Amino acid sequence: MSRQLYQLAGFRKVAGVTAVVCLGLGAAACSSSSSAPSSGATGQVTVSVDCAPPAAQNPVQHKEWVEDVAIFEKANPNITIDSVYNYPCEVPATFTAMLRAGTEPDVFYSYFTDLPQVLLAGQAADITRYVNSTTVPNLGDIVSGSMKAVTAGTTIYGLPTVNYTQGLIYNRALFSQAGLNPNDPPTTWAQVETDATAIAKLGHGIEGWGDYSAGNTGGWHFSSYMDALGGSMVNGNAAPPTANFDNSDGMAILQALHTLRFTDHAMSATEGLSWGSLQQQFAAGKLGMYIAAPDDIYNVIVPTDKGNVNDIGMGPLPSLTGSPAGSLSGGNDYIFAKHDTPAQIEAGIKWIDFEDLTPGTGQFNFARMKADGLPVGFPEPELFDGAAGTQINALRAKYATVNTAYYTPFVNANEAGDGEPLDAQAVYKTLDPVMLAILTEPNANLSDLLKTAAANVNTILANSAG
Amino acid sequence: MAGVATLREPKAEPRAAQAGTAGRLGPKVRRNLSAHGFLIGAVLCFTFFSWYPIVREVIMSFQKAVVGGGYAWAGWTNYVRIFRDPTFWLAWRNTLEFTVLALVVGYAVPFFVALLLNELRHARGYLRVLVYLPVMLPPASALLLFAYFYNPQYGLFDDILRLVHLPTSQWVFQPGSGFISVAMVSVVIASTWMNMGGATLIYLAALQNIPGELYEAAELDGAGLWRRIRHVTIPQTRLILLMLLMLQIVATMQMFVESFVLTNGGGGVGDNTLSVVMLIYQYAFALSGASNYNSASALGVMLMLVLAVFSFGFLWATRERASQA
Repeated sequence: MSRQLYQLAGFRKVAGVTAVVCLGLGAAACSSSSSAPSSGATGQVTVSVDCAPPAAQNPVQHKEWVEDVAIFEKANPNITIDSVYNYPCEVPATFTAMLRAGTEPDVFYSYFTDLPQVLLAGQAADITRYVNSTTVPNLGDIVSGSMKAVTAGTTIYGLPTVNYTQGLIYNRALFSQAGLNPNDPPTTWAQVETDATAIAKLGHGIEGWGDYSAGNTGGWHFSSYMDALGGSMVNGNAAPPTANFDNSDGMAILQALHTLRFTDHAMSATEGLSWGSLQQQFAAGKLGMYIAAPDDIYNVIVPTDKGNVNDIGMGPLPSLTGSPAGSLSGGNDYIFAKHDTPAQIEAGIKWIDFEDLTPGTGQFNFARMKADGLPVGFPEPELFDGAAGTQINALRAKYATVNTAYYTPFVNANEAGDGEPLDAQAVYKTLDPVMLAILTEPNANLSDLLKTAAANVNTILANSAG
Repeated sequence: MAGVATLREPKAEPRAAQAGTAGRLGPKVRRNLSAHGFLIGAVLCFTFFSWYPIVREVIMSFQKAVVGGGYAWAGWTNYVRIFRDPTFWLAWRNTLEFTVLALVVGYAVPFFVALLLNELRHARGYLRVLVYLPVMLPPASALLLFAYFYNPQYGLFDDILRLVHLPTSQWVFQPGSGFISVAMVSVVIASTWMNMGGATLIYLAALQNIPGELYEAAELDGAGLWRRIRHVTIPQTRLILLMLLMLQIVATMQMFVESFVLTNGGGGVGDNTLSVVMLIYQYAFALSGASNYNSASALGVMLMLVLAVFSFGFLWATRERASQA
């Protein structure tokens, strides 16, 4: 009897342990699988939407998002918006992992450069037949470059929400303190050197110029500098494509930055910086100039880093002539996930149209932004031409809270958007060590650095082509 | 029918036939039923979270992603690609540099700290906690602390150098790619500080198991401190020393978080702190549109093979020595 009990107890233990393990694994499997079908027999549809602003980082924008969701759901009672809060909206490493796991939200945020990767992973839904002038009334006015970013061939996979070109962001207060004219930002590298040196001489940890050299953002800035000089990072006409920056333009850029750092002592000794650090330094009044798109001001410097919007102005990208030939242009969009049902696609398009593509609502609700104390009047995004563009610009001017004259030098430069290079992130990553070297090495061999980077980029491009 | 007849034949064991499923199990299995039950959990965990990913990684290293999702066979393409990458050999060289430096510093320092702690008569427990404290810090926090120390503008280390009128350094961002670069030494210092507590405690435990009579006998024979260490301490702790040596080499060859956090994910000036695992990470995640899990898998397989060959070789060599002894 006792032996039978022992056996029974043994079996119980085995069964118990096995059950626990199986339940554990089952739970893990459940937690990693995609969400349950969200369109019921009642016609109710739930669509998860990426990149909702979290209250911790952007409290006012969070409040506005929640308001918009309520307005939208009231107008469309059969649709529920399941907000996915994150900041920043995309981190390349987790984005790649998310695509490979197939766990992206129904409508997910991506950069303009991401579409090839999304298509390679097979995670985008073809929404071509859902996108027309009825579902997106301002479709015809969306600038063609932005629509190209969500289109492969003739197939549409998403909708653009923000586009940008880059310019020079500068601190008008520091310009005044340094005896410079705040209405006359530098337009050439020589002027940048003069002004940055004057600002750095203010002392107290104030730097004249700032730049990135990590997280692929050093190469990203280098690419924009090349565009401003009329060059390009990659010669796409060659087969396979080849690096196109090991030339006098590339040398001029590296020489200018190296001089700013080691001859003029106008840059920080702390280098190896990536996105986010210059904004903090700028908002704290410790940085005179750096290059960025206008959204750095209204999305980061003012709401998150608490910078003073009245101290900020924008000019064109520095060049050799004073007139930038172009600018790196980019942006972001919402892509529809492969697993979306037709009802979710329709609901997602309806939401994006409401939140991002209609003058007077969502991101273009300038009246509410003004009432909420958010700065209004920045020259971007310029997602639209035609009637919609005119309407948005009129609303922006009507509710402007910032002095739009502070942005006139940037607007008047009318920089041509050059898009981003082929294999953009890989190319940027390869240029990061070059940027880091010229900002940390007093005796850096600029020519060798460019040659090595060009050889590395050629290898990457050849591999991609192969 | 013959089968039925056969089943009815063994009348000699009626109890076994009536005892049900449990009765049919062998006595050894019955005796160890609980152990086997618990083993199932471990085996399943290893299967799902270790062995399956390893097999999958090997398979993926011979595949390439195809547009629309899924994979196709790619032969040796991924291996050829990583061999052609100009940073491939640099990453191996850096990893070797880190491993050698981490052994010189990170292997010896905990041993001598343990010796010191073992000799102390007062505050031993307090100091033991103090030595182990860095291990309790999350690695990212400990490394951010060191990133702050290394800052060339407001960092502690440069402040000290300025105080004694010595030239300052950019530490982990110091240019230079010689075999013992300032940048890599900076990474090793942070890594040693962060990890030495665990090794120190293991050494200490081994030291405390050495019979005191051996030291007394050595002292009676006139042995000084160094001879006591050489002829008593080291031979008595040889097994622990060898085991930790192997574990440390395997761990240091997989260096990632130290360089990643200290260089802001960049790999240092001229990639002078880029390690093999950082390169794997960059292949897999950091290139956005050009991210390539398959090339990352190929490099992962190479690292695994190198470490496996080393581990087997080390175990074989040390086993030979043990038998000779």
